[in-house]
Amino acid sequence: MGHHIVILGAGTAGTLTANRLRRMPGADEYRITVVDQDDDHVYQPGLLFVPFGLAQPHHLVRSRPRQLHSGIDYLQARIEQVDPAARTVRLAGGRRLSYDVLVVASGARLLPEETEGLTGSGWGENVFTFYDLPGAVGLQHALERFDGGRIVIDVADLPVKCPVAPLEFAFLADWYFRRCGSRDRVQLTYATPLDGAFTKPVAAKVLGGLLERKGIELVTEFNLGEVDGRGGRLVAYDGRELPYDLAVVVPLHGGAEYVGRSPGLGDELDFVPVDRRTLQHRDHPEVFAIGDAAGLPASKAGSVAHFEGETLTHNIGRFLRGQPLDGFFDGHTNCFVETGFHKALLIDFNYDTEPLPGHFPATVGLPLLKESYANHLGKLAFEWFYWHSLLPGRELPGIGGQMPEHGKQRVRT
Amino acid sequence: MPTATYDDTTVPVDDQGFFTDPGRWTEPMAEQIAREDGIATLTDRHWIVIRFMRAQYEVKGTGPTVRILGKTSGVGVKELYRLFPKGPAKTAARIAGIPKPRGCL
Ligand SMILES: Cc1cc2nc3c(=O)[nH]c(=O)nc-3n(C[C@H](O)[C@H](O)[C@H](O)COP(=O)(O)OP(=O)(O)OC[C@H]3O[C@@H](n4cnc5c(N)ncnc54)[C@H](O)[C@@H]3O)c2cc1C
Repeated sequence: MGHHIVILGAGTAGTLTANRLRRMPGADEYRITVVDQDDDHVYQPGLLFVPFGLAQPHHLVRSRPRQLHSGIDYLQARIEQVDPAARTVRLAGGRRLSYDVLVVASGARLLPEETEGLTGSGWGENVFTFYDLPGAVGLQHALERFDGGRIVIDVADLPVKCPVAPLEFAFLADWYFRRCGSRDRVQLTYATPLDGAFTKPVAAKVLGGLLERKGIELVTEFNLGEVDGRGGRLVAYDGRELPYDLAVVVPLHGGAEYVGRSPGLGDELDFVPVDRRTLQHRDHPEVFAIGDAAGLPASKAGSVAHFEGETLTHNIGRFLRGQPLDGFFDGHTNCFVETGFHKALLIDFNYDTEPLPGHFPATVGLPLLKESYANHLGKLAFEWFYWHSLLPGRELPGIGGQMPEHGKQRVRT
Repeated sequence: MPTATYDDTTVPVDDQGFFTDPGRWTEPMAEQIAREDGIATLTDRHWIVIRFMRAQYEVKGTGPTVRILGKTSGVGVKELYRLFPKGPAKTAARIAGIPKPRGCL
């Protein structure tokens, strides 16, 4: 019981890290404490389905400590500050924790108040986000009441969690109104700060093509400067305007507030800068970050936290034994993209390889970058997998942390 | 690899005109690149941003995004768009002679 590992956050990344560490050989030589501010673990990928009545809000929430293996201490408290020099964490109420290893897993925070007018007139009435539970529920009621007009889906700026989720929202909105027979009375617009539907060219082409086929207007390089709630328009910094009857905005994201209050811990946006391969902090070798909290050039997604978990826990074991770190994360990301009409497509990529067509995980498997019913079933199965395999820290047979090369077709754009 | 000529010097650039070798950039080249991007003259405010871009590139290996520029350069996002109407992060990176900023995922 020598060393103390403190994990900040009991969401996707913190939970799976704690469970993996608990199961590692030599686990009786350290103590694990996990801290989170509440007891509501939300299955965030389910938020996408709530506005369309495809998921029940209360089914998405479970207890946080119940997802932790026995032998892990859970503390419910707000984290106030980390002092990396003294290796202590200060919690609300004045309690302090000392650590030998710190894992920052406190995710990303929505910052709607940082965009002028976003939380002003119309917020919660005809301006929403579906990125948290109250927003997703409010949007469900708004969609039920919606009787025609223009819906604008806008990504304020990057990074955001699960960058395909806003696209999925647009695809599902098209499906929703077609099913209701009212699609001809609804104009759908998708606005993004990117110069295409996605960051990487091959996937941008496929996803942009899907938007076009579904009659969803794509507006690119739109950097949201202001929401004029009274006038019903989104205004970009360059002066362009998008009028709306209903606006669905993905707000700015930043890291947890306490990161900004902790000297030398975070970057300008309160994310924690760690080595992209080892996940170790640049200046404090006993500090690691995982999941959305990490300032990495990778997507902020649950699948990423899962693939990082293997590297992170291996490296923490090496660190505690005084050995050089040899676990390397390759940026592996895997996302099902729901496209409506019981179909989805799958993308799989890493730091160096953009999403490509082919099959996953090998030449025989789920089709990549192509709509299919099998991928839709995959998307739905992800929820079971999340609670029963990903959070407990288990591997999926045949799918390792590193991105599989096999099955991918190299193409030219 | 395409090239461009500024201040009588030929330099390698990418197909969108971003420098691929920031070491080849000199301050006198900036005015000419700026004119190509529709900016007639560079004011002191432009120069704050250009120098900031280069300093960030030195440390981070990539230019900052507009949001980080607005938070940390001393010039707010609205003014950044007035100074570089075609998009501050990209235009200022081009004028500052650094590669195209890597976006996030
Ligand atoms: C709409 C939507 C759809 C998504 N779809 C997918 C998908 O299909 N596939 C996929 O892989 N991913 C998806 N994601 C992304 C995925 O949910 C996240 O990437 C993942 O949950 C990140 O895990 P995390 O542990 O880093 O952060 P979180 O799970 O958010 O956990 C962070 C924890 O830190 C705690 N915390 C923060 N600050 C403090 C503090 N000061 N004191 C105490 N506790 C604190 C919070 O309470 C929280 O529990 C989606 C996300 C959204 C919003």
